[in-house]
Amino acid sequence: MGKRTFSIGGIHPHDNKIARGCAIEVLPLPQTVYISMAQHLGAPAKPVVAVGDKVKAGQVIAEPGGFISAFVHSSVSGTVKSIAPRQDIAGNWMTHVEIAVEGDEWVEGVDLSDTLVTEIPEDRNAILEKIKACGIVGLGGATFPAHVKLNPAPGSKTECLILNGAECEPFLTSDYRIMLEKTKEIIVGAAIMQKVLGGCHTVIGIEENKPEAIEAMQKALAELKYKNIEVMSLMKRYPQGGEKQLIDAVMHRQVKSGGLPISVGAVVQNVATSLAVYEAVQKNKPLVTNTMTITGDCLPVEKQHNYLFRIGMPLSYIAEYAGGVPEKAAKLISGGPMMGKAIANLDACTVKGSSSILYLSEETTKRKEETSCIRCGRCADACPMGLEPHLLRRLVNAGDVEGLEANAVQDCIECGCCLYSCPAYIPLLDIIRPAKGQVMGIIRNRAAAAKAAAEAAKAPQK
Amino acid sequence: MTTTIIWTIVILAALGLVLSLILFFVAKKFKVEEDPRIDEVEKVMPGANCGGCGFAGCRAFADAAVKAPNLDNNYCPVGGNDVMKKVAAILGYEMKEKAPMVAVVRCNGTCENRPRTNIYDGVKSCKVKAALYSGDTGCAYGCVGCGDCVAACQFGAISMDPATGLPVVDENKCTACGACSKACPKHVIEIRNKGPRNMRMYVSCINKDKGPVAKKACAAACIGCGICAKTCTHDAITVQDNVAYIDFGKCKLCRECEAMCPTGAIHGINFPKPLDKDAVKARIAERKRKAKEAEDAAKAAAAAAETNKEEA
Amino acid sequence: MGKYLVSPNPHIHAKESTSTLMRDVVIALLPAVIVSVVFYGLGELVVLGVSVASCVLLEYLITRYMLKKPSTVCDWSAAVTGLLLAMNLPASTPWWVVVMGAIFAIGVAKLTFGGLGQNVFNPAIAGRVFLLVSYPTYMTSWAMPQGLFGADAVSGATPLGVIKEGLMQGASVPQLMAENGWSYGSMLFANIGGSAGEISAIALLAGFVYLLVRGVIKPYITLSIWATVFVFSGLMWLINPAQFTDPIFNLLTGGMILGSCFMATDYVTSPMSNKGGILFGFGIGLIAMLIRYFGSYPEGVSFAILIMNMCVPLINRAFHQKKYGRA
Repeated sequence: MGKRTFSIGGIHPHDNKIARGCAIEVLPLPQTVYISMAQHLGAPAKPVVAVGDKVKAGQVIAEPGGFISAFVHSSVSGTVKSIAPRQDIAGNWMTHVEIAVEGDEWVEGVDLSDTLVTEIPEDRNAILEKIKACGIVGLGGATFPAHVKLNPAPGSKTECLILNGAECEPFLTSDYRIMLEKTKEIIVGAAIMQKVLGGCHTVIGIEENKPEAIEAMQKALAELKYKNIEVMSLMKRYPQGGEKQLIDAVMHRQVKSGGLPISVGAVVQNVATSLAVYEAVQKNKPLVTNTMTITGDCLPVEKQHNYLFRIGMPLSYIAEYAGGVPEKAAKLISGGPMMGKAIANLDACTVKGSSSILYLSEETTKRKEETSCIRCGRCADACPMGLEPHLLRRLVNAGDVEGLEANAVQDCIECGCCLYSCPAYIPLLDIIRPAKGQVMGIIRNRAAAAKAAAEAAKAPQK
Repeated sequence: MTTTIIWTIVILAALGLVLSLILFFVAKKFKVEEDPRIDEVEKVMPGANCGGCGFAGCRAFADAAVKAPNLDNNYCPVGGNDVMKKVAAILGYEMKEKAPMVAVVRCNGTCENRPRTNIYDGVKSCKVKAALYSGDTGCAYGCVGCGDCVAACQFGAISMDPATGLPVVDENKCTACGACSKACPKHVIEIRNKGPRNMRMYVSCINKDKGPVAKKACAAACIGCGICAKTCTHDAITVQDNVAYIDFGKCKLCRECEAMCPTGAIHGINFPKPLDKDAVKARIAERKRKAKEAEDAAKAAAAAAETNKEEA
Repeated sequence: MGKYLVSPNPHIHAKESTSTLMRDVVIALLPAVIVSVVFYGLGELVVLGVSVASCVLLEYLITRYMLKKPSTVCDWSAAVTGLLLAMNLPASTPWWVVVMGAIFAIGVAKLTFGGLGQNVFNPAIAGRVFLLVSYPTYMTSWAMPQGLFGADAVSGATPLGVIKEGLMQGASVPQLMAENGWSYGSMLFANIGGSAGEISAIALLAGFVYLLVRGVIKPYITLSIWATVFVFSGLMWLINPAQFTDPIFNLLTGGMILGSCFMATDYVTSPMSNKGGILFGFGIGLIAMLIRYFGSYPEGVSFAILIMNMCVPLINRAFHQKKYGRA
């Protein structure tokens, strides 16, 4: 059987995994960390510490601010200096807890040793509670609270847990490194999530450009003897790591428009999330560290690194420690070159979902001047959702909101394939993204109105 | 040959007759009865179909105006009082005159005042840029400079000044329809009273950051110090979220706030004479001195009265 | 912190741009150009040179001085149009006729519609058809291959022209084929009369394969045209081999290869979807064969492409991409 992949669209950018050979190093602690209250999808967390409080690493400093929200823990031990707004990487103001670092003392009960714990607790709810209490969020990009995703609505059946080790974004190597260095921990984490989801089949999907990771996973699986977990080698293709694309690739099923993965029996979690789940459940360690890659096309190989960082470390501190911003860097990106966010403020701090500092040179990243659409259809061929970006752009220009909805602009996953492949350098995604927001707003309002109408219709019958 | 020509003419004529009959009956059958005044009102409208009145276009406005019991909620900002007088005459309603308005750009973050901190490289759209990040300056509130307002203006009244990177409103062309204000994702443009002889005062900043932060981002920022509010003798200025706001209904155009503003965030427009800051400051100082004297005198008088009482 | 760029994602771009794609088309046409110059001599070189130069110059002058827009010459599209136009003309075409064709192709068919990306009709074909109906004498006197430094050009007719003429005079197809000594080999390797683009199927196919390998074009339209032509002419040939030419002959002669590989696959004037491309190709193949068999012109590929160009907006409307999760 040939290598699996998703069925629609996709592109093949050069993978540029330059930092693949760099083992994970532990970053030393800075003098101060600033921990953001908005490190996850959903409502920002509410601080529960006060200025002047002494905190230990792993201590809760903020509580969830809603159902879809997460706990935030201190990543260091020290004194709370301030709780004030601070600019994030996009320059937007967000409440941060500033902690002056004093020593490195952890709260009691956290197991910092490297011993592998393979015995999984029996109680499913206790595991979920632990995952929630440790503030675990999806580390694949969306930072969706893990305990919500791992506890699907009653009545839905999970048939397959997919562990996302695709790392289809060029340049990034942090997932690859943890798959090599924390192989067994990831597998135990997968087994824990498998247990929570009722013992479903589990697939670890890894792209074929990481044969060492595939091999390491297979070896570790053979040693650990968990049931029903397999490694699947996937074709190298972007955006394989997109949730919907990965489900298509692994299960040959497609999530309906507007639906959740669970509707086709799938739950997708990143390998880094799996590692975090392992550390939370087996080692009692909250999510205060993660792995990030320092890389880029204008950074010499010897200056590239994979770091284990603590959340709240200023990016400028990390960049400085790694040898400074290279001279030829024209754009700094947090995340991969396809979906990452440009860093407008290097003084911003790492969050749970930080995965890289990527330095791109001007020739690689500077947008070229837009020319006329030549109707080549490359954008439509590239779109992994089967949309027609050239058509959507025309509809946006015509202000045809109904046409946009009929042509499924709301399905756009903002992967950037259209803009990447357009030979006329038309900023398709830039144009489509606001239209998507507008149409999704209309759909939400309509759903709310329909719900209200249904309730109003029900009311008099009572 | 001739028969061909004759047949052609006959067939075409017959075809034309049949089609015209169909058209005639369809037009009769599906004719919609409308209040004839809607047409009349529409005729006097400016016909810009800009939507500034809140309706989809001039026809929709005319329809609404005819159906409404009065003209209180319907006002065409483009036509202004002249057009509304005509509309009122057609409909026999009373018409309340409104002061003419104009779009005002409440940002003075020129390239000089507000140094750029990064270079924006995405599509030239304020909407996209504002959704992406705080902008290419230290100020997260001000104009992002991609000209969505220029594109939104149907009257060609706004243009971008390449020297400052800010939009400039041509007040002769501006109809205060509000399209620019709606298009601006940062809500920098406000529709304000045009003022007597076009003279008006406004705070050209909406930065809600605390003083030092705002000042660091932009030399012309309102730092929320409140001096203007304290100076104003007409109670027209309020400071909220570190930004001052001048209520144009209360402002008497004395320009004292403008003279006292430490960052020059308060602008006075179209005054015949340039502001003589020192003279105004001296005037304020004089008034304050007198007020103090009066207060002291009152205090002294009160104290004297007190002692008198006691003595009595 | 210095001043760095900030933009929405993605932050990288594919290597292909409009100009690299168009340049690839020029490269793909080079083998056929070289072969035609070798066979037709300096006359062909003049036609090619005049055509490309006048197309590029016109594009520059019109965009710059009439439309007052930034010039679009750098995207190579005018050069492609010039090359394709020249390859559709006989080597004996006078230079001023070539210039007329270029004016129509660039000035009328391309820039009046708004330039690259907006034109409904393939400019090169529009130019050729304009010349065909305006200057039929120049356009139908085909020089026979004489070699690079051959003697005076000898005029002749193309195989398709000869067959049409012969059939009208009551001869049968096999008779005519034998009389003229045509073989499939001579058609493949440049030995028959015609325009530069008709002379060597092999050179054109080499260019087509290059475009496919580089991913510049997709094969659907071309294969669909070939399949339609093969099946349709095959059926007719089986019915009456004396009246109708055989499928291989039809594929290898005239503008079939040039048209199906380079003109029908023009991005701007062909459908965007693969399915649409197949329908588009079917239409071209059918119309071309109908004109060849039953029309008064010996060759119909150009007309077929122009007619199908008009249907492209409808085809684009009818065929959409398969969407994820929307069965």
